[in-house]
Amino acid sequence: MVSIEYYIGLSAILFIIGTMGVLTRRNAIIIFMSIELMLNAANLLFVAFARMFEALGGQIFVFFVMTVAAAEVAVGLALIVAVFRTKQTINIDEASTLKG
Amino acid sequence: MDANLTVFIILAVVAIGSAIGMLLNRNAVYSALFLILNFATVAVFYIILGAPFIAMTHVTVYAGAIMVLFLFVIMLLGAEELTGGTTKFDWQKPAAVVLALFLLAELYVVIFFRDTVFAEFRALADFGTPQNVGRVLFNDYLLPFEITAFLLLAAMIGAIVIARRVRRKPGN
Repeated sequence: MVSIEYYIGLSAILFIIGTMGVLTRRNAIIIFMSIELMLNAANLLFVAFARMFEALGGQIFVFFVMTVAAAEVAVGLALIVAVFRTKQTINIDEASTLKG
Repeated sequence: MDANLTVFIILAVVAIGSAIGMLLNRNAVYSALFLILNFATVAVFYIILGAPFIAMTHVTVYAGAIMVLFLFVIMLLGAEELTGGTTKFDWQKPAAVVLALFLLAELYVVIFFRDTVFAEFRALADFGTPQNVGRVLFNDYLLPFEITAFLLLAAMIGAIVIARRVRRKPGN
């Protein structure tokens, strides 16, 4: 196995790219995809540590993260569709009605 | 250089490159396709790390179900681009030919050198198999497993309720 530091580095880079996507893009769907990327980076590290410690618990947690991601995508895309119905756009800056 | 490290670096470059492609692409459909490439690369990492069952689930759930949902919503809303301006890809056809040749070479290596290439994976064979994962999942993590069932049910109902078209009553 390649040493764990490389996996930590790769996971951190993917997570940071996802964070940048959430912060810089204004398309709601791209923001959602960036969140998926961040969840994925965490999953990769779970599996890498599971391999390192020879413990299956890490792999099981990946399942739960996947389930949460699937639920989040279903609800999130429904929200995006609802926002598009009312605003006719999915630019996240336009959906600021609740802003104080 | 160590063969494992070489494979890791190649895969890491593809993963980071596709993530950056997803981040920078103006067109949401291309972003989604880049993300699918990223998920496929991560699935290969899972196989390397001795988690074949996770890798298969990852491809089915993420690259299969979730990204199809994304693409469906993108095309349903016609939300490919927020701003105008299209880019042309004249280099796509030659790039496709080169990548297809790479794929052919990979298949050749996989089919004819499988005994030597996959020797290390075979040593890991009984770590992340469906049997072992299932045994741990249904013995040690049974309660979280049941809770995720409720989570999925709640998400399903929530998605249906939120995305439903609200009909105004004729009286209002």
